[in-house]
Amino acid sequence: MTTTMTTTTTAYAAPSTWWRRMRSNRTAMAGGVILGIVVLAAVLAPVLAPYGPTTTHFDAPFQRPGTIGFALGTDNLGRDTLSRMLYGARASLQVGVLSVLVATVVGVPLGLIAGSWRWADALVSRFTDVALAFPFLILAVGLAAIRGASLSNAVLALGIAHVPQMIRVVRGEALRLRTTDFVAAAVTMNASSLRVMGRHILPNALSAIIVQATIIMPSAVLGEAVLSFLGLGIQPPEASLGVMLSDAQQYLAQDAWLGVFPGALIAIICLSFNLFGDGLRDSLDPANDERTS
Amino acid sequence: MGAYLLTRTWHSLLTIVLSSVVIFAGVRMLPGDPALAMAGEEASPERIAAVRADLGLDQALWVQYATWVQNYLHGDFGRSLRTGTPVTQLLGSTLPVTLWLAAYALLIAVVVGLALGVIAERRRGRWPEFLANGVAMVGLSVPSFWLGLLAILYLSVRLSLFPASGYVPMLENPVDAIYHLTLPALILSLAIAAAVMRQTRASMIETMGSDFVRTARAKGLGGQRVLLAYGLRNSLLVVVTIVGLQLGGLISGAVVTESIFGLPGFGKLTLNSVFTRDYPVIEAVVVIITVGYVLINLAVDVLYSVLDPRIRVAGAA
Repeated sequence: MTTTMTTTTTAYAAPSTWWRRMRSNRTAMAGGVILGIVVLAAVLAPVLAPYGPTTTHFDAPFQRPGTIGFALGTDNLGRDTLSRMLYGARASLQVGVLSVLVATVVGVPLGLIAGSWRWADALVSRFTDVALAFPFLILAVGLAAIRGASLSNAVLALGIAHVPQMIRVVRGEALRLRTTDFVAAAVTMNASSLRVMGRHILPNALSAIIVQATIIMPSAVLGEAVLSFLGLGIQPPEASLGVMLSDAQQYLAQDAWLGVFPGALIAIICLSFNLFGDGLRDSLDPANDERTS
Repeated sequence: MGAYLLTRTWHSLLTIVLSSVVIFAGVRMLPGDPALAMAGEEASPERIAAVRADLGLDQALWVQYATWVQNYLHGDFGRSLRTGTPVTQLLGSTLPVTLWLAAYALLIAVVVGLALGVIAERRRGRWPEFLANGVAMVGLSVPSFWLGLLAILYLSVRLSLFPASGYVPMLENPVDAIYHLTLPALILSLAIAAAVMRQTRASMIETMGSDFVRTARAKGLGGQRVLLAYGLRNSLLVVVTIVGLQLGGLISGAVVTESIFGLPGFGKLTLNSVFTRDYPVIEAVVVIITVGYVLINLAVDVLYSVLDPRIRVAGAA
């Protein structure tokens, strides 16, 4: 890693540079901090939540926010909104991370292959075209019809839907890196295609892959909410922010808070991801060299 | 130009054929035996075999695929398992709703996105840019269906500014139709407007800083003229691309928006077909969307090559 970072052809900024830029970007840092808090709260949900996500209190339905014992109120079945939101955030982030994983595991190898061999490029391009013709909701609809709606269904649909973008980014990086001197040197030294891919191209494409992951993540979190809201993702009574909004829909006129809190949390998660991701992209982008340093 | 269009059309055709194979295979993977479902649970094995032969399910897969494609090419999309209505009839009644909604939302998104993008570029580093950036960031992050729910609650139920649901056909009463579609279209346009704004801003910044703009200024062209003839013209290319790319999002968004506002559109048909396991309808819906997506993106590419001469030259070379 260190040897390749010192080459003049490295398009992405060295770690010390991007961290310095990142720290001076206040909105990005704010996004990062909020994100950290949300992730921590989601991971610690079993410890932090006062009740289980599906624990009902039939004697206390529709409690207002601020009620003693129920900080954010309860829903029609007397389930604690705060507890459900903590577990919901957990589900959202879980789907987000797993979707990014699916997109990366499928997209990165295909992108590397497409960027390395011409014949494979045409093949992968056709695959990308077909994948793009199925919007994520339609993928989810098809998968739900075949396998039934579930969390893994949402992950699969959202992961596959984001594969084409990942392929494009990695392919572009691979094509760019192939023209560099250090790859040419490796080829001259009789390194195999696989070795060039794994040791030279992949490590240098890592920044681009990470940036792409930060773009996919909020999109997958939003997608999970949509799918669960429509009944194509996580199924009630399990807690998910989308499921909570779907449950709240019929009681909105009666108790608007039920709809306000889960939606606001989705917005906060996505906003902090987008702010952090934008900052990360700017700080890794070599085009910003003169502007910030 | 000819060579470029030919390759592009060939690729689109290939995509449609490959997608049709995927859809056909997907439908074969659905749980349940259609012959058993049609003949009834207590039917004798002979009866089930007869129904299977009747449906053509006893034939080789490629024969079944060929028959299926042939039927689709002749406009025969089968019948709904639930109501027995021809699928084409269902599509005919739901597609116009969604097309009007999508067109209205796209119009709002392009107008608002372009305006905000240009303002952000013109007032760089000052409050209009921060405001426009903030609006775009919120548009990308806030779930539109959540905003839709809140809009119904506050604007429709509490303030009675807009109808909460219902649909009026555009050709029957345009004024009332637009009134009913405005809130759903606004909600649907949000994410696309944000994407258009961000790309317009980026493209304007690049164009206005380029050498040919400096040359235009140097030879004495006014600010307005440069902005419109150079900056905006180049940004239009970006908008055309974005619209093609956002099409998938638009379709997904329409499904959610129609579900919230109770519009009897294509998205509603899609969702209902999944929940009632109405396989012929699911099949038709997915075919329409994939083929539509490929054809519209082909149209976008053709439009793009008309707007940008460089692509034509590159394609011909």
